[in-house]
Amino acid sequence: MAQIRIQNVRKEFGAFTAVRSSSFTIEDGEFFMLLGPSGCGKTTTLRMMAGLELPTSGEVFIDGEEVGMKPASQRDIAFVFQMFALYPHMNVRKNISYPLVSQGMKREDVRTRVQAVARILKIEHILDKPVGGLSGGDRQRVALGRAIVRRPKAFFMDEPLGALDAEFREHMAEELRALHNRMGATTVYVTHDQLEAMQMGDKIVVMNHGVVEQFGRPQQIYDWPATKFVAQFIGSPPMNFLDFEGMIGIGGDSIDLGGIKVKVPVSREGRAGRLVLGVRPEHVTFRDDSAYRGRVRAVEYLGTTQIVTLATGHGDLKARIPSGHAIREDETIGLDFDARTLSLFDAENGKALLSEANAGVLGHG
Amino acid sequence: MSSYSVTEPSRRQKWVAGILVVLYALITILPLVWIIGTSFKTPSDAIAYPPKTFFTPTVEGYVNVFTTRTRLTEEQLRAIGEPQTWYDRLVRKDGLVISGPSRFAERFTNSMIIGFGSTVLCIVLGTAAAYAFSRFKVPLKDDLLFFILSTRMMPPIAVAIPIFLMFRSLGLSDTHAGMILLYTAVNLSLSVWLLKGFIDEIPIEYEEAALIDGYTRFQAFYKVVLPQAATGIASTAVFCLIFAWNEYAFAVLLTSGNAQTAPPFIPTIIGVSGQDWPAVAAGATLFLVPVMVFTILLRKHLLRGITFGAVRK
Repeated sequence: MAQIRIQNVRKEFGAFTAVRSSSFTIEDGEFFMLLGPSGCGKTTTLRMMAGLELPTSGEVFIDGEEVGMKPASQRDIAFVFQMFALYPHMNVRKNISYPLVSQGMKREDVRTRVQAVARILKIEHILDKPVGGLSGGDRQRVALGRAIVRRPKAFFMDEPLGALDAEFREHMAEELRALHNRMGATTVYVTHDQLEAMQMGDKIVVMNHGVVEQFGRPQQIYDWPATKFVAQFIGSPPMNFLDFEGMIGIGGDSIDLGGIKVKVPVSREGRAGRLVLGVRPEHVTFRDDSAYRGRVRAVEYLGTTQIVTLATGHGDLKARIPSGHAIREDETIGLDFDARTLSLFDAENGKALLSEANAGVLGHG
Repeated sequence: MSSYSVTEPSRRQKWVAGILVVLYALITILPLVWIIGTSFKTPSDAIAYPPKTFFTPTVEGYVNVFTTRTRLTEEQLRAIGEPQTWYDRLVRKDGLVISGPSRFAERFTNSMIIGFGSTVLCIVLGTAAAYAFSRFKVPLKDDLLFFILSTRMMPPIAVAIPIFLMFRSLGLSDTHAGMILLYTAVNLSLSVWLLKGFIDEIPIEYEEAALIDGYTRFQAFYKVVLPQAATGIASTAVFCLIFAWNEYAFAVLLTSGNAQTAPPFIPTIIGVSGQDWPAVAAGATLFLVPVMVFTILLRKHLLRGITFGAVRK
């Protein structure tokens, strides 16, 4: 098991820069999520860690050793591919034992190891079947088996649940997490699904356009996004953005939103001009005496909660409220925001302004 | 009431299709049946008109294709005594004796060496080139591929004279190596293009998985890619073999005493003693066997190979 550190890693494909200068550290035993939209460079970053791509510049450390230019076969890691990539001309047992055979392990030892792995993954009954006829879930388990059988320093997974149907994905996600807890192996997991990332990850890196936008524990990222991109990418529905012209001084604790004073966490940065107020849908409450008002445009019923879309003077806003309230379309409602949870962003560069509340997470204050 | 289906052909359509297939099979099989039939006829049955469908089979043709025979006078025949073997007896009816083996076996062996030799070489070089073109960043890849394909754009025999002169000065005329090289050169473009198509279809993740599992690039290639490409390799091999096996023009031009293959040899059987059609037919029949066996052995791959990649799995 190992700590993985990447430092100023950059990857160019011809004129296209897939990853520009990424740095972060994955601690030993962490379940680490690389999250971002497609084309953001997360898979390229993973492939550079695994040795399937060589970085244009920068360094990759596995267990303290610089491996940036080493081929994959010498890094002692395992990789689970999205399409599983099980060797189609071999049966399940051969697939799982293949990494051991390459190390020249004795036949009886290979047998015991494969048997043990099959027991963990509950696939003992299909060991002698060809991989062709297996269901998606079983293929997934075989792919995992091939990864864990040699007890590598780290596991790399590239959207391993992407090829499964929704119902089964949930189940496999739980299994994966349970497997991780049991083995405690450093795992790097690429996904574009923010729910999956939050559900399974110890830590998340959010990437966009080849740049690391934010790095931290799921709740830190959810509560205190570093950029508008992160705020919007994480959470469903995403954080609401209310655009306004205004200013806030250092130590200021309120803003002027269209003539109405809204309390925000004490700011550590002063900024004037185009700003954005970020509000999570669950931090909006309805209060009849509130001065800030919105007109109901749509209501989505979700069982225990409902999502209400309101038109305000600063754009549309979604609120998540208990489904008990009866809300009618076109009715005008007073809105109140939970002052402790608000974020302010600079509209020019999309970065969050530092405040007393988010300084602990965003750290550079 | 009969149900109507869009995808399932109707009974009538099946019948029509069946009849067409049978007709086509008859048309293609008829020459084969004719040749094989003729090889078991006597020379007079072979040229009988109307053609004889039923006849007493004889292996005279096969004996003749493997032997040379001499006509002796009555006295000489008496002097050498009774024929010893069944084939001696067979030719003695016509007042002939076997004077020695013909060169058919030798020509046939040449065909085997040159045909299979060039096929193997074609597959080895073709697979390597196709893999490189499929997986690596080759500078000017598209131009190179087009250049390779362009070697196939004219009939090979169009360059017969330069090749003839080249072979003469290089000492390759009438050698096995020369013919293997020539057929490989002609077939290689086909083999590179076909195999590239097959290798392109194999997801690169298989190799990456093998690389991660601790194998080198070359091990990944022959342990993972090659077994996957078996279908493509088999069908390409059949195409290459059929060309090299049947090639006539270059064989006539470039070979004579040493490396002559069976195609230019078979017609020469005609002139030995009258028009010995059964012997020619016997030679042709035997000549068919290796390609037939090879194709039948690979037929499972061949069928998959031709439709491979038509539908994405």
